[in-house]
Amino acid sequence: MQTQLIKRIATFLGGHIDSFLLTSTLLLVIVGLMTLYSASEQNITRVTGQLANVGVAFAVMWIAANIPPHILKNFAVPVYGLGIALLVAVDLVGEIINGAQRWLNVGVTRIQPSELMKIAVPMMLAWYFDRYEATLRIKHFVVGAAILLVPIGFIAKQPDLGTAILILASGFYVIFLAGLSWKVLLTLFAAGCGSLPVLWSFLHDYQKRRILTLIDPTEDPLGAGYHTIQSTIAVGSGGVSGKGWLNGTQTHLDFLPERTTDFIFAVYSEEFGLVGNGVLLCLFLLVIGRGLLVAAQAPSLFARLLAGSIALSFFTYAFVNMGMVSGILPVVGVPLPLISYGGTALVTLFLGFGILMSIRTNRKLVQT
Amino acid sequence: MSRRVEIRNPEVELSRFRTRLGIAGVVVVGLFGVLLTRFFYVQVMQHNYYHALAENNRISIVPVVPNRGLIVDRNGVVLAHNYAAYTLEITPSKVVDLEAAINDLTAVVEIAPKDRKRFKRLMEESKSFESLPIRTRLSEEEVAKFAANRYRFPGIEINARLFRQYPNGEHAAHSVGYIGRISDKDLVQIEARGDTANYRGTDHIGKFGLEEFYERELHGITGFERVEVDSGGRAVRSLARQPPVSGNNLILALDLRLQEVAEKIFGSYRGALVALEPKTGGVLALVSRPSFDPNLFVDGIDPQNWDALNTNPDKPLNNRALQGQYPPGSTFKPFMALAALELGKRSPSYTIADPGYFMLPGVSHRWRDWKAGGHGMVDLHKSIVISCDTYYYGLANDLGIDAIHDFVSQLGFGSKTGIDIKGEQPGVLPNQAWKLKRYKQKWFAGDTISVGIGQGYNLATPLQLAVGTGVIAANGAVYQPHLVRQIEDSRTKALMSVAPEPVRVLDFKRENVQRVKAAMVDVTRPGGTAGRAGAGAQYLFGGKTGTAQVIAMKQGEKYDEKKVAERHRDHALFVAFAPADDPRIALGILVENGGHGGSTAAPIARKLLDFYLLGRLPESMQPEEDDADAAD
Repeated sequence: MQTQLIKRIATFLGGHIDSFLLTSTLLLVIVGLMTLYSASEQNITRVTGQLANVGVAFAVMWIAANIPPHILKNFAVPVYGLGIALLVAVDLVGEIINGAQRWLNVGVTRIQPSELMKIAVPMMLAWYFDRYEATLRIKHFVVGAAILLVPIGFIAKQPDLGTAILILASGFYVIFLAGLSWKVLLTLFAAGCGSLPVLWSFLHDYQKRRILTLIDPTEDPLGAGYHTIQSTIAVGSGGVSGKGWLNGTQTHLDFLPERTTDFIFAVYSEEFGLVGNGVLLCLFLLVIGRGLLVAAQAPSLFARLLAGSIALSFFTYAFVNMGMVSGILPVVGVPLPLISYGGTALVTLFLGFGILMSIRTNRKLVQT
Repeated sequence: MSRRVEIRNPEVELSRFRTRLGIAGVVVVGLFGVLLTRFFYVQVMQHNYYHALAENNRISIVPVVPNRGLIVDRNGVVLAHNYAAYTLEITPSKVVDLEAAINDLTAVVEIAPKDRKRFKRLMEESKSFESLPIRTRLSEEEVAKFAANRYRFPGIEINARLFRQYPNGEHAAHSVGYIGRISDKDLVQIEARGDTANYRGTDHIGKFGLEEFYERELHGITGFERVEVDSGGRAVRSLARQPPVSGNNLILALDLRLQEVAEKIFGSYRGALVALEPKTGGVLALVSRPSFDPNLFVDGIDPQNWDALNTNPDKPLNNRALQGQYPPGSTFKPFMALAALELGKRSPSYTIADPGYFMLPGVSHRWRDWKAGGHGMVDLHKSIVISCDTYYYGLANDLGIDAIHDFVSQLGFGSKTGIDIKGEQPGVLPNQAWKLKRYKQKWFAGDTISVGIGQGYNLATPLQLAVGTGVIAANGAVYQPHLVRQIEDSRTKALMSVAPEPVRVLDFKRENVQRVKAAMVDVTRPGGTAGRAGAGAQYLFGGKTGTAQVIAMKQGEKYDEKKVAERHRDHALFVAFAPADDPRIALGILVENGGHGGSTAAPIARKLLDFYLLGRLPESMQPEEDDADAAD
């Protein structure tokens, strides 16, 4: 009877948990905590704070994992609608912090609606394409593009180019996986390239500077180029095996800016070197690969599209961040997923993983 | 057709989806490959480059300032040394409201108006990013008090620094000199001699006296420390250290005790005294009165003291011993006498009948002897002993100005002696070429006459008088006078002697020199012009009195000391050497507006010789009269 109870508890707790995904994300979280310990000058309260964030994120993951995909589908429209409403609210009464209007004060805390859209937009798109699954035509892709571009317009206006690009990517993945024809894709790509000069003129000065800095960081070594120069120095000086945990000089002598958040990869890379970077890439690949597998075996179009988008978005975060820190992409405010300090991003990520787990564990229950 | 609802085949859709997923997977792996390639490029191929950049970021080279060499007198008494003290320093560029910050500071550490003024002066002379002292020599209590309030004063901090101190204050100030903060002008000079690296971290430099002249010996070699710094430039820890090499020590020929006695017996007179060793050229004492306290200059002098020193009519900053140029007066006569003997213009027995004046053929002007009516029959010996002017008027005329110049210049007159202090004046030893160049006029025979008694165009520094007297005392050996006897290497403790060999040895006939010296000895004995000053001496010494006019007397006008303003009174001079048979000291003394050489300057020499040769302190310095006023 006791074993019966334990079994039931285990089923309740772990029934919808994908242990492969859980293990690989957990490994990344541990790497993140270690790096954070070093980056924060061995500030243990910073680490326990992040650990608390991990706890909250795990709870969110568990809840998401226990919501079956067909139920989740019902949330798509209301959540998207709420997200748009919040974005409008931010635009009207949002708080301006560091020159960007991204936050909404809701009494107890500040929330950043753009974070919610990271999940809401692909979910909405997946819902939409699922709904017209049998009759999917080009006009549906036009509507899909509108669903995607409205929130992105608001977010880019805040301005928060990093998040806008990430949401654009997550939405694009849904559209791509839904089967938009290659002809249209190539046409869009060509049009996109053609409109770059126009987009350029819409960019803020600091954004232009960041992109120019990428081409020649030494042009403005104390201004926009400083981050890139110092982080590239950190990465390069790490060498093959790194300087060793807690021994990064760029980190500990305060040369690295934002070293617990957006630039934490420089800390990791300086201390663990090329070998460590290889290990980290492998861990990321495990998570992404698992996500893609979940998508491939998902029971419904909604689940397939959502899972694929979540997996590829996760890849995008990691790629953009590491590319930025190692000096091949411009500086945009994108944290390294599961490694950077910060609760909101962690919760969003694990919400995504929870959804993946739900799709994984429900793959036989619902027939397509 | 277009209206027809197209039902898609789920199997085909799923396989298409999986194809696209596969493509995405390939792109993911490909882009991670790009990242890995980038990591490989930066971390392996470019590793050395970035490693060097990280080290550059991390490591800073900090200069370690060497201890400045000490200056000690011949007996090891310290004249200049260093001590560590706390200073309160402000970096003006880091302080927003300087005035307010200093006002707030007063509540924590006492800051006198004098400190403020000095700080203002320093600020004008320095760059705003330099750390400038507003208070020096903080007590432990003040340091603690400031440390507790430190957070309130960004840009203000306490530093432990080495300070220069001159423990003897005014004594020998003109010789020792002082250091001061490095000015822009100093920086140009440092750069010109390629010493910029060695002065990194140094903020003081020798400005005057020996401190200035021996700057390169005293400074030492700056060490370096490799320290790890954070991005704010703060040192985190030391990695390696190349210790500095302290400056070399200067061991002077100067005897501080003798110097103090000399200054004391000078009393309130202005003037100068140089005492040197005839057989080495070492300067035993170098007095210039009045003097000043060199300690005032070390941390930057405050405007009040600076004005006081500059506007003082007595000009205490002038080193009269080598910058003051005075007519040598009768002290010039022994050199003339030696010239006469050496050049064969006079024999010892040659005698004149002195009427009390001298006339040139065809000129109505009468060159008067100081004694109306003359000295009667005068030979060379007597001409020195009683200081007969007429004898030398005639002698000068017979020698001619160029011969006088050529002979006397060998003894050091008319050119710099080369003493180891800057600012020396060459004096004037005229000849025809000199007058042509200086006044664009030809030389007249009449010009020569007064040169014979050390007047006219003749000008000499007290140092030159001492050097010339020393040459006679040493029978013709000419030494370059030098305050520093030895330089002690700070590392090896090896001693290097300064100018130990004579510059030249003049080939005088021994009997000629002996004759002049014998006459000079009789000057200090009964019947000589310094007979009273020499009375009762337990040793024999040679000397020559001199009196130099400050204002020209009209023909026939009588000089009356009492009627003339103090500053227009004659200068009193005296040269001496002692003991007579084997001279160990030669003196040149000038007392400004002191009147007669025999009555004012010669007694100073006597008292000094009594101390130097017998160890007898002058009355004013004897222990039982400690409280008595110093004035003579």
